[in-house]
Amino acid sequence: MSVIFVLIGFSSFVAIMFLAAYIWSVKSGQYDDNYTPSVRILFDNEIKKKDPKNK
Amino acid sequence: MNVEKFNYDNQIVKLFLIATVVWGIVALTVGVWIAIALYYPELNLGISYTTFGRLRPLHTNAAIFAFVGNAIFTGVYYSLQRISKARMFNDVLSKINFWGWQTIIVLAAVTLVSGITTSKEYAELEWPIDILIAIVWVVFGINMIGTIIKRREKHIYVAAWFYIATFVTVAVLHIGNSIEIPVSFLKSYPVYAGIQDALVQWWYGHNAVAFFLTTPFLGLMYYFLPKAANRPIFSYKLSILHFWTLIFIYIWAGPHHLLYSAVPNWAQSLGTVFSIMLWMPSWGGMLNGLLTLRGAWDRVRDNPVLKFFVIGVTTYGMSTFEGPMLSLKSVNALAHFTDWIPAHVHVGTLGWNGFMTFGMLYWLVPRMWKTELYSKKLANFHFWIGTLGMVVWVIPMWWAGITQALMWKEFTDLGLLKYPNFLETVLQIVPMYIMRSFGGLLYLTGIIIASYNIFKTIGKGSFEANEAAESAPRGPITDKPKFGMFHRYLESKAVLFTALSFVAIAIGGLVEIVPTYLIKSNIPTIASVKPYTPLELEGRDIYIKEACNSCHSQMVRPFRSEVERYGEYSKAGEFVYDHPHLWGSKRTGPDLHRVGRKYSNMWHYLHMENPRSMSPGSLMPTYPWLLENQLDVSSLKAKISVMRTLGVPYEEGYEDVALADLTAQAEQITADLLDSGIIAESDKEIIALIAYLQRLGTDIKAEVKGTK
Repeated sequence: MSVIFVLIGFSSFVAIMFLAAYIWSVKSGQYDDNYTPSVRILFDNEIKKKDPKNK
Repeated sequence: MNVEKFNYDNQIVKLFLIATVVWGIVALTVGVWIAIALYYPELNLGISYTTFGRLRPLHTNAAIFAFVGNAIFTGVYYSLQRISKARMFNDVLSKINFWGWQTIIVLAAVTLVSGITTSKEYAELEWPIDILIAIVWVVFGINMIGTIIKRREKHIYVAAWFYIATFVTVAVLHIGNSIEIPVSFLKSYPVYAGIQDALVQWWYGHNAVAFFLTTPFLGLMYYFLPKAANRPIFSYKLSILHFWTLIFIYIWAGPHHLLYSAVPNWAQSLGTVFSIMLWMPSWGGMLNGLLTLRGAWDRVRDNPVLKFFVIGVTTYGMSTFEGPMLSLKSVNALAHFTDWIPAHVHVGTLGWNGFMTFGMLYWLVPRMWKTELYSKKLANFHFWIGTLGMVVWVIPMWWAGITQALMWKEFTDLGLLKYPNFLETVLQIVPMYIMRSFGGLLYLTGIIIASYNIFKTIGKGSFEANEAAESAPRGPITDKPKFGMFHRYLESKAVLFTALSFVAIAIGGLVEIVPTYLIKSNIPTIASVKPYTPLELEGRDIYIKEACNSCHSQMVRPFRSEVERYGEYSKAGEFVYDHPHLWGSKRTGPDLHRVGRKYSNMWHYLHMENPRSMSPGSLMPTYPWLLENQLDVSSLKAKISVMRTLGVPYEEGYEDVALADLTAQAEQITADLLDSGIIAESDKEIIALIAYLQRLGTDIKAEVKGTK
């Protein structure tokens, strides 16, 4: 059964990593704007050649 | 504002895309094959390589890691470059990722069919391949994170977060679950035993579903669904919330695979509670996807890509509701070990993974080859035949699962089992098995049509390996682009690389610490439980090789119906020497934990040769080669000494006399067989298997004694 503590350790470790990533992302302003990014991905900045099809 | 010109690498996307289609067909063909084998056992052709136990892991591995795996790479390599406005970090790493992954798949196919397996579900591959997987996976991770670091877009789009979570967690899971000690080049024993092995296995198994089949596809959904609909995701805020809540909750739900097993109650409850909590973030994601299409449903009608996405996301919603429901103990008591579970899994894989994949491919191929889809009609046909195939697959299996579980549990007025013969409950659901294989065939037809459509589209298009693009460099949002942004670059680099190296170090540390820690705790709590004899140990490895555990469980749950049918319920202390555990997750045949001494040696001998001779109407395949194959004892010494290292109390130097013990026990069984009129040689695999089967669950039976 003691393996469960190892697993909790593994899992907590992953969780802490994500927590750090979360704190980093908030602090670095990743979420300051939570609308524009959703629109931005719709615009591909390929260099247009001959095919002006829908984006 | 200065603009940088660069290229997107489309060549690597193309490679992964073709691999996805090819492996998809392979995986599903094997799936249909084994679905038929379940009611037509002669389909094993009387040889080992094509028997259900060998092909089932081939099917699951091909579907998960070959088909879905390549689909993930296709989508990630395409979308990540565009999200980041950068070419992949390193082309060589991309190529290693591709060829490495395909090599792993081929090695997996060859070894699994040959019976080289660890027996751990979805992690059946042996240790050399495990190492290769770890290397290729890390290559993928470096390539991905490298790309994110050199991105030209300040914001990391939500899809990329899902990709990062996929990489990090799968790495930890794979390594954590694969800690094993090699016996020979193609054989190893896991350091975990019994209940511990089961916990680690389902911690892995559950999270493989979470972080291989779910999170990467959510990332793909957040990129390809808005792109295909040409409108932003319904709520970007919700997508951020979805991501963080999902990854924090998912990893704790693993024990719901072990409800009513010999795992302590508190761990089971923990799994249940977190599974129910998971429902909310899952549905948040599903609704976010579906609501993106609000006001655009007219486009769904005539755009096959969106149709596929709608069904994909809807089935995600269905299976993430079904999952928490199945985690409730009362529901699980009924559904576990039955065909309801494959039904649940296939809603997810056929619907969510399959349909999201093909939606993505139908969108991607015309774009990358700069043409229109060859035939919209065929794509629509694929959509309908695939959907129908799913319905015909899943509904009969729900039905079969519930029917069989109720039959297992039914008592007569006199308090006796109404269906004491297990076979009766199997034969009842054969019509459902037949329907299921038909459903699979429909679905397979769909993807064969899809591949035709895709290759036709490719044929008429023109492919550009390097797609030109341009973007402003990433920098502070001022009007003066300076080299000051270099600092930011380093900043994020430092954070990420520290995190990565931390993972590496932590894993290294744990790999060293965990085994020693665990071995000390492998102290039997039941005095009568003894290590396996050498012959039984070899027999157990035959059991693993033939993957008996894919159809037979070794876990009698503490229910009256099970104790009545199989015998005393299973105790945690009985499994302390089981490296690996063989509890199984499906009862296509009866539980075997108390099968020891239940039947004679002769019965087992004839039953393995042809199950129908002992139990008429049985759907178990024949195993004639076990009667002919010589038992390979070449690594017996190594096996004993590895087991001792793992804490199994074989005396020092026992490996030198082990072979003599093995021969003696084999002679004994052969003599007994001769008494029953069967002439068998003592050095055949069947003898070892019989020894193991007769031992199963008898250690504590001995205390009760008397019954035979």
